[in-house]
Amino acid sequence: MRNQQPLSLHIPVPHARPGETPDFSYLTFPEAGATRRPDSLTPEAQMRDLPYSLIRVLAEDGRAVGPWDQHLSPDILHRALRAMLLTRLFDDRMFTAHHQGKTSFYMKSTGEEATAVAPSLALLPGDMCFPTYRMVGFLMARDYKLANLVNQIFANAGDPMRGRQLPLLYSAREYGFYTLAGNVGSRFGHAVGWAMASAYRHDDRIAMAFVGDGTTAEGSFHEAMVFASVYHAPAILCVTNNQWAISSYQGMAGGEETTFAARGIGYGLPGLRVDGNDVLAVYAATLWAAERARANHGATLIEFVTYRVAGHSSNDDPSRYRPSDEAGAWPLGDPIERLKAHLIAIGEWSEVLHEALATELREQVRAAAKAGEALGTHGQNPPPKHEMFDHVFKEPDWRNLEQRRESGADS
Amino acid sequence: MTEMSMIQAIHSALDVMLERDPDVLIFGEDVGYFGGVFRATEGLQAKYGATRCFDTPLSEGGIVSTAIGMGAYGLRPVVEIQFADYILPAYDQLVSEAARLRYRSGGEFWAPITVRAPYGGGIHGGQTHSASPEALFTHVAGLKTIIPATPYDAKGLLIAAIEEDDPVIFLEPKRLYNGPFDGRHDLPARPWTGHASAEVPEGYYKVALGSAAIRRPGQAVTVLAYGTMVHVALRAVEESGIDAEVIDLRSLVPLDIDTITASVNKTGRCVIVHEATRYSGFGAELSALVQERCFYRLEAQIIRVTGWDTPYPHAFEWDYFPSPQRVAEGLRRALEG
Ligand SMILES: Cc1ncc(C[n+]2csc(CCOP(=O)(O)OP(=O)(O)O)c2C)c(N)n1
Ligand SMILES: [Mg+2]
Repeated sequence: MRNQQPLSLHIPVPHARPGETPDFSYLTFPEAGATRRPDSLTPEAQMRDLPYSLIRVLAEDGRAVGPWDQHLSPDILHRALRAMLLTRLFDDRMFTAHHQGKTSFYMKSTGEEATAVAPSLALLPGDMCFPTYRMVGFLMARDYKLANLVNQIFANAGDPMRGRQLPLLYSAREYGFYTLAGNVGSRFGHAVGWAMASAYRHDDRIAMAFVGDGTTAEGSFHEAMVFASVYHAPAILCVTNNQWAISSYQGMAGGEETTFAARGIGYGLPGLRVDGNDVLAVYAATLWAAERARANHGATLIEFVTYRVAGHSSNDDPSRYRPSDEAGAWPLGDPIERLKAHLIAIGEWSEVLHEALATELREQVRAAAKAGEALGTHGQNPPPKHEMFDHVFKEPDWRNLEQRRESGADS
Repeated sequence: MTEMSMIQAIHSALDVMLERDPDVLIFGEDVGYFGGVFRATEGLQAKYGATRCFDTPLSEGGIVSTAIGMGAYGLRPVVEIQFADYILPAYDQLVSEAARLRYRSGGEFWAPITVRAPYGGGIHGGQTHSASPEALFTHVAGLKTIIPATPYDAKGLLIAAIEEDDPVIFLEPKRLYNGPFDGRHDLPARPWTGHASAEVPEGYYKVALGSAAIRRPGQAVTVLAYGTMVHVALRAVEESGIDAEVIDLRSLVPLDIDTITASVNKTGRCVIVHEATRYSGFGAELSALVQERCFYRLEAQIIRVTGWDTPYPHAFEWDYFPSPQRVAEGLRRALEG
């Protein structure tokens, strides 16, 4: 039968644009503690409710509730709080440094710190994280030297990446942090390959990879999913759904047709949907998927639901495409405030201690920034020019050698 | 005539074509409501409606493959790849599909698509916001590759590209969007204001694909350049005082071979300048063509001034980017040879 009405092309439209009232009514979620926690070895077909629910541990009153509460030690919680706060203060300082012309570029992870910090604490040494550019929190939780970060951001002579990459595109193999690049999504398959290699060698390492909501549209996301599924790769594949991909809302990546966690169903991979601003929930979901992967039951897809509080990058002005008060209307709160409230509720923290910690970390960041500035900000004191020709190959070929001479880098 | 920057001229071309032809539609990452990260499509969604200019999922392969399908149906999609560096997920679609649709179907199907992409360096963009991938496209039979160097040409060439029935890769030198950057990063940036080729008609006009422009006539040596390097070469000529003939190729495929050979036959010397890596770069093709066609007139070796054969290095941008000084050095070598 032919259609009665002519067809029309559907173009998705977000719930609120500048000048309109922020509207998160599309985001419905259960109370903390309400989502069930099946055993981590449960067959995927028996867990198809989870991608449509939301795993939450921290309740409104700051208590940890429900089956996903792992009863983490105060020590781990303190480490998580410290790393998240350090990340936020560092981001603020470096963003300001960009305004002052000290670096060419910056991107903040404000509001999303829990999604980087909790996995960092939950993974084991030897595991590898394949991060996004918004995950410096992973390194903060592992006490990576701030000097390395600052020098990379300033592209000065102390930059471990030798001035080759845009700010933020770190690499820290010893810390389980895979090399970043500016093109999104392309490392999702590497994580699956890394995990397959661990299985091939009968090791016990797992891989954990991240992409943004927007990036799930890339072919590389889907390719990685099918390989992870087919080979039962010991990998945790994560989507950090911060609601925006530059100016494009998550509906532009298909987020209005289904959840990102539900992308797992088509591949037969378990999908967990997690409150990304609840550090206890992020930690618990990571542990669950890690347990499953280490038991050789293959990969899990996790969606972390969070919000990109800052602009996309130092080049972006989000008030051009979303209501400027949207962050304030975000229903899942702030990850640092929520963990702080929890620690206070269980008698492990206080406002005074919090203020003291903030002062200590602010000073740490200030000292690192000052030291980096002394070594050189963007454009001053870069690494030696001849290093531009290193690492193209393991050994330079004749072109690298000739051009090094031609460029005057040898003299 | 109105004075326009290159980005305004590109915007104007898109505006004119949306107005003129209901089969023209524009899509790409962040191009709809927001108007694109470089603002090439600002206001076009509001003016023409969401189905004429819209955002896409973040998938270059998806953007180009759906454009090909629409093109085969009969539309004229103009798609934006946010940075040319990110065109590679769509490379298979361009090479195996867009470029061959007409050939393999015996002329039954074709893809009248235009793929716009800001390209090139000079903006502190590092490895993934600075690349010059033109040779990846010029190597493919069935693709046309265009690179404007002025606002006037950008508009006229883009309109011609949109009206082409074959797929066109339209690379926009993003360092030229707001001014004729000549490589002197130590001097304050100049806007297009007052530049002769920033005088742009408001309406419809075309600059034919396949025609080069002589930007400066000269007798001593021929310079072949495109994109930002046209302005760098002009600066080098000015600073060195060498009487060079500077040719802006504008169109790499189809190439204006006659203008090139006439010039080299006259000067007997040739310097080729591009930002892209040297090895297998478009300069290699130009060098071979000049050698094949002007061999008996050549009085010196052909010189290439290019980016080095490394990925684009963030902190070494101005050591990598061919400078007026390096181009002038190339001119002197061509005169000595
Ligand atoms: C292959 C590729 N295409 C386009 C871009 C330009 N780009 C950089 S980030 C971005 C949006 C990413 O959004 P999302 O995946 O949601 O991550 P988020 O920035 O929100 O963390 C785009 C389009 C890119 N870096 N790589
Ligand atoms: Mg996002």
